[in-house]
Amino acid sequence: MPMALALEKKVKGSRGRGGTAAGGSQAVAPGMETVRKAGYPNLSWLETSQFYGPEGGFDYREKLGSPGEYPFTRGIHSDMYLGRLWTMRQFAGFGSASETNSRFKYLLSHGETGLSVAFDYPTLYGYDTDDPHSEGEYGKCGVAISSLDDMTALFSGIPLDRVSTSMTINGPASVIWAMYLAAAERQGVPAASLRGTIQNDVLKEYIAQKSFIFPPAPSMRLVVDTFEYGMKHVPNWNTVSISGYHIREAGSTAVQELAFTLADGFEYVRQGIERGLDPNKFVPRLSFFFNAHNDFFEEIAKYRAARRIWAREMKESFGLTNEKAMKLRFHTQTAGCTLTAEQPENNVTRVALQAMAAVLGGTQSLHTNSLDEALALPTEKAVRTALRTQQIIAYETGVPNVADPLGGSYYVEWLTDEMEERAYGIFDEIASYGGVLGAIDRGYFQKAITESSYRYQREVEKKERIIVGVNEFTSEEPLEIPILRMDPKGRERQIARLRKLRRTRDSASFEKALSRLRKAAEGDENTMPAILGAVKANATLGEVTGVLREVFGEYREQRII
Amino acid sequence: MNYTTLARSIIRGDRKAAARLISVVEDEEEGYGEAMDMIFSASGRAGVLGITGAPGVGKSTLVFELAKGFRKEGKSVGIVAVDPTSPLTGGAILGDRIRMSELSSDPGVFIRSMGSRGGTGGLSLQASATVRILDALGCEEIIVETVGAGQTQVDIMGLADTVVVVTMPGSGDEVQSIKAGLLEIADIYVVNKMDLPGSMSTAADLRAMIDLVEDWKGWKPPVLLASASGARGLEEVAGSIRRHREWFSDPEAHMERRASQARKEIYDIIASGILRAISSAVTDEEMGELVRLVAERKMSPYDAARKVAGSALPGADLYKAL
Amino acid sequence: MARKIRVLIAKPGLDGHDRGAKVVARALRDAGMEVIYTGLHQSPEQIVQTALQEDVDAIGLSSLSGSHDVLFPRVMELVRKNRMKVLVTAGGIIPEEDVPALRKCGIAAVFGPGTSIEEIVKFHKDRLGRRS
Repeated sequence: MPMALALEKKVKGSRGRGGTAAGGSQAVAPGMETVRKAGYPNLSWLETSQFYGPEGGFDYREKLGSPGEYPFTRGIHSDMYLGRLWTMRQFAGFGSASETNSRFKYLLSHGETGLSVAFDYPTLYGYDTDDPHSEGEYGKCGVAISSLDDMTALFSGIPLDRVSTSMTINGPASVIWAMYLAAAERQGVPAASLRGTIQNDVLKEYIAQKSFIFPPAPSMRLVVDTFEYGMKHVPNWNTVSISGYHIREAGSTAVQELAFTLADGFEYVRQGIERGLDPNKFVPRLSFFFNAHNDFFEEIAKYRAARRIWAREMKESFGLTNEKAMKLRFHTQTAGCTLTAEQPENNVTRVALQAMAAVLGGTQSLHTNSLDEALALPTEKAVRTALRTQQIIAYETGVPNVADPLGGSYYVEWLTDEMEERAYGIFDEIASYGGVLGAIDRGYFQKAITESSYRYQREVEKKERIIVGVNEFTSEEPLEIPILRMDPKGRERQIARLRKLRRTRDSASFEKALSRLRKAAEGDENTMPAILGAVKANATLGEVTGVLREVFGEYREQRII
Repeated sequence: MNYTTLARSIIRGDRKAAARLISVVEDEEEGYGEAMDMIFSASGRAGVLGITGAPGVGKSTLVFELAKGFRKEGKSVGIVAVDPTSPLTGGAILGDRIRMSELSSDPGVFIRSMGSRGGTGGLSLQASATVRILDALGCEEIIVETVGAGQTQVDIMGLADTVVVVTMPGSGDEVQSIKAGLLEIADIYVVNKMDLPGSMSTAADLRAMIDLVEDWKGWKPPVLLASASGARGLEEVAGSIRRHREWFSDPEAHMERRASQARKEIYDIIASGILRAISSAVTDEEMGELVRLVAERKMSPYDAARKVAGSALPGADLYKAL
Repeated sequence: MARKIRVLIAKPGLDGHDRGAKVVARALRDAGMEVIYTGLHQSPEQIVQTALQEDVDAIGLSSLSGSHDVLFPRVMELVRKNRMKVLVTAGGIIPEEDVPALRKCGIAAVFGPGTSIEEIVKFHKDRLGRRS
């Protein structure tokens, strides 16, 4: 693996002395050895020096700029959180549309400032609740949305011109988005006043998350269709959220997360330009989504490096002139994979530290995980504690009072530079496969992630990495975490609603809308208007996606273990 | 365990029995020869297709597409997918089914994954027994998939009536390795992933290589472009397979290949059977002791071999054989 | 030659979280076993048919979507229907209170989050040791 080798390369601290990185890591047994040696590899197996100091030739304007100034290393706003706090956006969804609607209202009443919809697996794959593929999955990891009626119920009593809504949906993103636009229309809210995000990042599905439906080429076409439609009709909507979160959750390092995500971003920009869209107009609507993992400073450096690389590439490589297109805006979620089933209350602490890293890194919105998520869907109380964690950071710690408070830290600046350099090394590797799509086809990303994840797991097993409460500081005590249970009759009721919808809808306009969609998909016009027409004619998610499956074919997983 | 009972069940169409007997052969358990006699008598009807090529060229996807084609014609299909065993641990991850999972629950398809394990001539023997078992089970078309271009692959491909060598654009080394290993056995070449840059020149390189051979004895291998995942070029591949099969059905054409396959198989059976019989004449402890002595250079390996063989074959002139 | 332990690692249901399944597959391979990996989104029928064709000694089921309560018992039902002698274990995100029901339907062990891979390897070696 060229990747693994690159990461193992021993790095000497370029600033400060004492960087005699003693290879190999050693775990400190509790109550025994207390002297920790320098040279601990961090989560990207990057070795650090004992300390960092000043280094000559540091160009403040070139590397950092002030907050709100190019290259935006220090943040995209000059006043950062003084102007407006980050959006507290808790990912939520389970069971039926009406059950999730109650959870949304609960969260809003406790001070949440944006909505974030989790869909169940059948919805993520474009299957209706009554499809055989949906067996056992209804409502389990999110809400089941099979029709415009479901979407309408999901936001019942929530004025869509007053909230911003993020929707984690990829393969069938354009269908779900169309349902949202149509639900807003039913509320009398014009598309132009809607704010929110669809994840719509199909590239990372092939790389890591694997809820893909179609092969890459038609998937990219659907994504660019939403860019184009959004520019014209829903100008305040983020039509993609380019996601490193899932890449990280699948086991990548922070450096890989950074590099793979930005490479995906460049690919979307290229594809939009190829369609003939003006990048100065559509790039500002691309947003990002990163993970907040355990290695505190590495995470902060990752966000800062991401902003700098994006700004440079947009300005210098793509030649963009609109400053908004150079500003990398991102959502953060604390790392689900760091939550432990053992001593779950420790997760509150982990989440607090991860959330702090995200805030110090200048995130625009944040989801904090609940302590019980390694066990099951979070309960209301656990979700509230997670939200309170953000509120404590916002209102009690004073951290948001100054923009980029860690700017100029010798260590953070060194780490930011280092991660940037390594990311460029990875960009070169991706280029050697002919770009992101070629690298996906050759299994480059998947192999790199699998290697990192296996290596990490081995280190945990050998106690070269300590996970508190899991492989050290353990205690045998029974777990007492209440588990959220869904209404057991929910699935039957959902299926009954769906069947009734199919029976009672106007079948002539339904048929007409689907054949129009097929024609659009087979040709090269923008698919969004036809999809919107189909969902308004009460075609279900499965029916609309089914037409697209027939036209585009389905993608099969690659063989990489 | 009486393996002949298994054989009878297989001939009646019992899939579980087939799976079991394949394991018996793979694990080189004792005494399955008689069962294989019965299997042999009940086999010989299936068409056997070999697919080989380097890792990542899209073999499994091609196998999947061809198998789907056979299913559309109403034929039952057996697939034997061989993956390398780790020489260090003896373990293997067999993942060819990932690309074929739609066929997993089709009652007209039987897929078996095999690790190459590392027996001597054992692998091709095991693969051939597996093909026969699937044949006796009633599979009308059997596809054998292997990785790479080594001697073992060549041996396994000897089982097939038709051998398809799969490659992809952009790797000159691959053409070289085909030249070194597979040139003599390939009946059809497929340049898969035809959408990637360089597919035409890879095809041209292959054609140039083929043109260097003067006499193809009636079948000159075609070079075809395809995209297995994009379902393009597959008709041509299937068509070439059909044409080759027609040509090959002439007994004159295939006698040579069949004869060399038969010779190899007989020797493989003798080698593995006799080795097993002789090895069982000494205990693990005795064998361990001999291994230690040879490793410490206190005994010649030939001498050790004679000692083992001598306890199984008293009175044989071992100095002549060993 | 020694008999080899063959294990099927299967992902029923729709979730795409295969990190754990792949780590376990690699660990079992490193312990000298032959691991057949199905890939994602397998129905119980596909899993049991695969196990039957591959004549495996064990099946490891991994799900992180919560669908274990429906899909795992279905697998066990089909295992029984086909009269297969196979050791079935489960892993993923499975709440403690669901474990008794899974054990009752014949699943030999449930490896929750935080289980070490060594423990999983050892379990298979101990239970199938005769074959290694």
